[in-house]
Amino acid sequence: METAAEIVQHSGGVIGLSWLTIALPLLGAAILLLGGRRTDRWGHLLGVAMSLASFVVAVIVFFELLGFGADERRRVVELYDFLPGGTLDVKMGLLLDPLSISFVLLITGVGSLIHIYSIGYMAHDPNRRRFFAYLNLFVAAMLLLVLADNYLGLYVGWEGVGLASYLLIGFWQHKPSAAAAAKKAFIVNRVGDMGLALGIFVIFTTFGTIAYGPVLANASQASQGTLTLIGLALLLGACGKSAQLPLQSWLLDAMEGPTPVSALIHAATMVTAGVYLVVRSGPIYIGAPTAALVVTIVGVATLLAGAIIGTAKDDIKKALAGSTMSQIGYMMLAAGLGPVGYAFAIAHLIAHGFFKASMFLGAGSVMHAMNDEVDMRKFGGLAPKMRITWATFGLGYLAIIGFPLLSGYWTKDGIIEATMEHSPILGWLAVIGAGITGFYMSRLFFMTFHGKPRWEKDAHPHESPAVMTWPLILLSIGSVFGGAFLIMGNRFMEFLAPAVGRPKELPHFAPFSVAGVATLAVVAVGVAYAWLKYGRAEVPAVAPRGSFLTVFARRDLYGDAINEALFMRPGQWLTRLAVFFDNRGVDGLVNGLAALIGGTSGRLRRVQTGFVRSYAMSIFLGAALLVGAWFVVGNL
Amino acid sequence: MIAMLAVPLLGAAVLVVFPGPARHPWYGAAVSGVTLVLALALAVRFDHTRAARPQFTVDVPWIPGLGLRFHLGIDGISLPLVVLTALLTFLCFVHLVRHRPEQGRIRALVIALLVLEVGMTGTFLALDLLLFFVFFEIVLVPMYFVIAVWGGAGRRAAAVKFILYTLLGSALLLLGLLLVWAHAGTLDMVRLAQAQGAGLSRAVQIIAFLAIGLGLAVKAPMWPLHTWLPAAHTEAPTVGSVLLAGVLLKMGTYGFARIAIPVLPEGAAALAPWLGAFAVAGIVYGSLACLAQRDLKRMIAYSSVGHMGFVLLGLATLTPVGMNAALFGNIAHGLITGLLFFVAGGIKERYGTTELPRLGTGMLARLPYLGSLLTFACVASLGLPGLAGFWGEMLALLGAFQPAAGLSRPLFLVFMAVGGVGTVLTAAYFLRMLSHLTHGRPPAGTIGGGSRGAALLDVSAYELAAWTPLVVLTVVLGLWPKALLSLTDPVVQAYLGTR
Repeated sequence: METAAEIVQHSGGVIGLSWLTIALPLLGAAILLLGGRRTDRWGHLLGVAMSLASFVVAVIVFFELLGFGADERRRVVELYDFLPGGTLDVKMGLLLDPLSISFVLLITGVGSLIHIYSIGYMAHDPNRRRFFAYLNLFVAAMLLLVLADNYLGLYVGWEGVGLASYLLIGFWQHKPSAAAAAKKAFIVNRVGDMGLALGIFVIFTTFGTIAYGPVLANASQASQGTLTLIGLALLLGACGKSAQLPLQSWLLDAMEGPTPVSALIHAATMVTAGVYLVVRSGPIYIGAPTAALVVTIVGVATLLAGAIIGTAKDDIKKALAGSTMSQIGYMMLAAGLGPVGYAFAIAHLIAHGFFKASMFLGAGSVMHAMNDEVDMRKFGGLAPKMRITWATFGLGYLAIIGFPLLSGYWTKDGIIEATMEHSPILGWLAVIGAGITGFYMSRLFFMTFHGKPRWEKDAHPHESPAVMTWPLILLSIGSVFGGAFLIMGNRFMEFLAPAVGRPKELPHFAPFSVAGVATLAVVAVGVAYAWLKYGRAEVPAVAPRGSFLTVFARRDLYGDAINEALFMRPGQWLTRLAVFFDNRGVDGLVNGLAALIGGTSGRLRRVQTGFVRSYAMSIFLGAALLVGAWFVVGNL
Repeated sequence: MIAMLAVPLLGAAVLVVFPGPARHPWYGAAVSGVTLVLALALAVRFDHTRAARPQFTVDVPWIPGLGLRFHLGIDGISLPLVVLTALLTFLCFVHLVRHRPEQGRIRALVIALLVLEVGMTGTFLALDLLLFFVFFEIVLVPMYFVIAVWGGAGRRAAAVKFILYTLLGSALLLLGLLLVWAHAGTLDMVRLAQAQGAGLSRAVQIIAFLAIGLGLAVKAPMWPLHTWLPAAHTEAPTVGSVLLAGVLLKMGTYGFARIAIPVLPEGAAALAPWLGAFAVAGIVYGSLACLAQRDLKRMIAYSSVGHMGFVLLGLATLTPVGMNAALFGNIAHGLITGLLFFVAGGIKERYGTTELPRLGTGMLARLPYLGSLLTFACVASLGLPGLAGFWGEMLALLGAFQPAAGLSRPLFLVFMAVGGVGTVLTAAYFLRMLSHLTHGRPPAGTIGGGSRGAALLDVSAYELAAWTPLVVLTVVLGLWPKALLSLTDPVVQAYLGTR
C-alpha cells in the first residue's frame, strides 16, 4: 500500500451524520450571535456544550472508522450540490479518513478544553458570550477545512477560520493595537489565499474537477510543470495560514488576541492548516520534486527564523509565537519530505497541539495572576506561587525541547532523522534549530518561573481556578505521552497509511543515531547557556540594548520593515495617484463639459424654474439625440 | 406578466391623481409588495427545466410602422434580476415608513420610486431592442429627481453629472442598437441572439459593440467612465443609493450579457481584451481610491467600481464560467451593496454625517447591532467564501484563468493576477474602515458634532425588517450558489453556443 487507498461512498451510521460535527458549533455560534444579550447568562455553557458534543460525535466516528479494514477507511459522505452540473460541477461532501479524523479529534478535543478554560479566563469580560460565539464559529470553520472532500470546501473553511481569527484577534475592540493586528492578519492571509485560489484554478482546469479523490489519483498523469505550479501555489496559501516565510509577519502581532485564542487558533489548530494542505495534496508534491524541495526549504528557513525571533522576545506570548512558527517549520519540513515525513509531520502537529496549547494556557494562567502583564522581565520566581501552572508548563517545556521520552522527543527526532537521510544540510540546520529551541524555551521558563521575583508592586500572584487548571493538566498528559504513543512501533504511520500512502522503507527508530545524539547534545548546550544567563544570573528588569543580532531578532528579522518598504509605501503612493487622477483627470474633463452645458442652460434658468427645467432639458436632449441618430444610422 | 409593470405604474398614477392621506410610504410598500408577490409567483411558476427559453412572453405590435413590438419575457438571467428589483424596491419602502428624508415631499418620492421600479423591471423584461432602450431611459428621469430633490448638500451637481453621463452613454447605446437593427433587420432580441451575429459583418459588429458597450459601460460603470458614480451615490438619499447600486448598475452589465455579447459575438471577441483591461483597471483603481476615501458612502461607491470590475472581467472572458460569474456577481453585489448603503444611511441618520474622521471610533461598543451588521456587510463585500460575494469574484478570476478560445491567454492571466491583487486590496480597505469605525473606545459625550449625543438608538424594527432579507439571501446564496447558477447557466450556454 504505497499509494493511498481508494475513496468509497458512504451513507448511514454515525459517519453519515459526521456533518453534525460542523453543524453543532455553527448552530451554537448562530444562537449566541443572534440571541444577543438574552443569552449572556448561559451563553458560555452552550458554547462549551456544542464543542463537547462535536467531540463526542468525532470520537464515535473515529471508532466506527476503525471498524472498517485499513483499505476501506477513506469514506465520503455526500451532502449537496455546490455548483450546478454543466459548466461547473462541484458536489459538497465530507471525507472521513485517518488524516481528517486525526485533525477532527485534535480540533474538537483541544478545542473543548480551551472552551472550558475560557469560562474562567474570560469570566470578567462583559462580552464573554460573543467570545464563545466566535470560538464556536472557528471550530465549525476549521472542521469544514479538514473534512471537506474537495479543494473548494477546504477554501471556504480556510477563509472561514481566517474570519474567526480576525474577529478573535480584534476581540478586545477598545485596543487599537488589537484592531491593527486583526487587520494585518487578515490581509497577509489574503495574499496567501490568492495563491491557494490560483492552485485550485490550475487543478480545476487540469483535472476538470476539484474533488480530492479523482485529482489525487490522477496527479501522476499531469505534466511536471503543471504539478510544480500547483504545488508552489498551494504552498503560498499554506505559508499565509501557517505563518511561514515570507508571510510570517502577522502571527506575532496576532498575540493581541485573548490568550485562549492564541492557544487554540494561533498554536494548536488553525496555523497548522498549511501542513494539512501539503500532506493532503501529497501526490501533487510527489510528482513535483521542485515544489517539494521548496516546501522543505521554507520549513527549515522558518524553523530557524522563528527560533531566532523567540530568543529575543521579552513578551511571553510573542516568544511562544516565535516558537510556534519554528515548530510549524519542522512540520512543513517533514511534509516536504514525502510519505517518509507525513506521519512525523502530523504526529508532531498533534503533539505540538498538546504541549503548545498547554504552554499558552499556562502563560494565560500566569497573566491572569499578574494583572495581564506579559513582560517576562517582570515575572520571575513564580514557581512556588502557582504549582500546577508551573508543573504543566514545565512538562510542555520539556516536551518541546525534546527531553528524552516526552512527546516532542519522539516526533521531532523522527523529523530530524528523516531529513538527515533526505538531505544532510537541511538535517543539520534542523539540529541547530533544536539547539536554539532548547535555549529560548529555557530562557522563557527560567525568566518566568525561577530566579528572583521582579514583580510590579501591585502584583499578587495566585493559582488559577480549577476550571482553568484542569484543562492544563489534561493537556500536559498529552504532552508527556502523546509522542511515544503515536511513534512507537510506527503505530501512527500504519494508521495514516490508507490516507497518505506508506513510505517504501519503514523508518526504524534508533535512539543512538548520530543525529539523535547530536540533537540531544545541542539542546543540552542551549539549556545550559540559558541557565547561565537567565537562571543563575540576575535578569535585568529593563531589556539591555543588545547587539546588532539581538535587535535583528527583536524586530522580527525586519519582516515588517521589508513589507512596508516593498508593499505599503508604493501602495500608499498609488492610492494618492488614483485620487489625484479621479479629481483632476476624468472629473476635470467632465466638469469642463458640464460647465459648458451648464453655461447654456443658465440662460434658460431665468425663464424656467424648478425641476421642470431639468426634466424638459433632459427629454429635449434625449429626443434630439434620438432624431439625430435616426438620420445617421438610417443612411448607413 | 404585464402586471409586473402595470401595478407600480398604476400605483404611481393613482397617487398623482389622488393625493390621499399622509401614509404614502405604507401605500408604496403595499404597491411594491404586490409587485414582489407577483415576481415571486413568476419565480415559483418558472419552468426550471427550460430556463434558457423566455417564458411568460407577451408579444404585441406596438408601433407597427416601425416594426416596434411590445415584447416581454423572462428567462434564467432576467428572473433573478426581476426578483431582486422587486425585493429591493419593497425593502426601500419598508425602510421609508419610519426613516424619511429630511426634505419631506414623501408623496413625490413614492411616485418617483414606483416609476423607477417600472423602468428597472421593464429593462430586465424587454425582449425588443428599442423597448429595452425605452425602459433603460425611463429609469433616468425618476433617479435624477431622487438625487436632485432628496439628496445631500451637493445634490444638484451630482444629479447633473449623473444625467449628463448617462445621456451621453444612452446616445451611444441607441446608435449601436439602431446599427444592429439596420443591418440585421429585426429588433427581436430572441432571434438576434439565436442568429449569433449571422448577417452582421465583422466591421459592423465591432462598431456596434463599441457603441453599445460604451453606452452600457457608463452605466456599469466601467473605469474610467465611473466618476458620476461616487458623486451620485454620496449625495443620493439612502433609498436612492440602494436602488442605484442594487439595480441600476446591473442594467449595464445585464445589457452586456443580454445584448452585446450574444448578438455581436465577433465584435465581442475583438473588443473583449479591452473590456477586460478596463475591468481590471477598475478593480485596482476602485480599491486604491477606497483606501483614500474619508467618507463612508463615497468609499462604498468606489467599492462598487471595483466589484463591477469583477463582473465586467467575467463578461470579458466570454466563457460560460465568466458569464455565470458576472450574473452571479450582479445579484450578490445588489444584495450586499444594498445592505451596505442601508447601513450607511442608518449611520448618517444617527451621527448626522458619514465622514469617517467625524464618525469617531467604537461603534461596536456603542451600537452593537448596527456595528455588527456593518461588519457583516463588509465581510460579505470583501468576498468571504460562504457568503454571496465570493462566487462572483472567484469564478470571474477562474474564467480569466482560462478565457474563451481566440482570446490571448497570457493577457488574461495578467488580468487574473491584477484582479487577485484587487481582492487583497478590497480586504485592506474594508478592514481599514472597520478597524477605524467599529473598534476602539466610543468617544465620551457627543459625536460627530451631532446634537443627538450619547443616546443613539440601535437598529430599529423597520430597519431590521428591511435589512434581514438581504442578510439571509447573502448567506443562502453563499452556501448554496447552485440555486442561482442553475438558472443562469442554461442561458449562458445557449448564448455562447457551448451546448
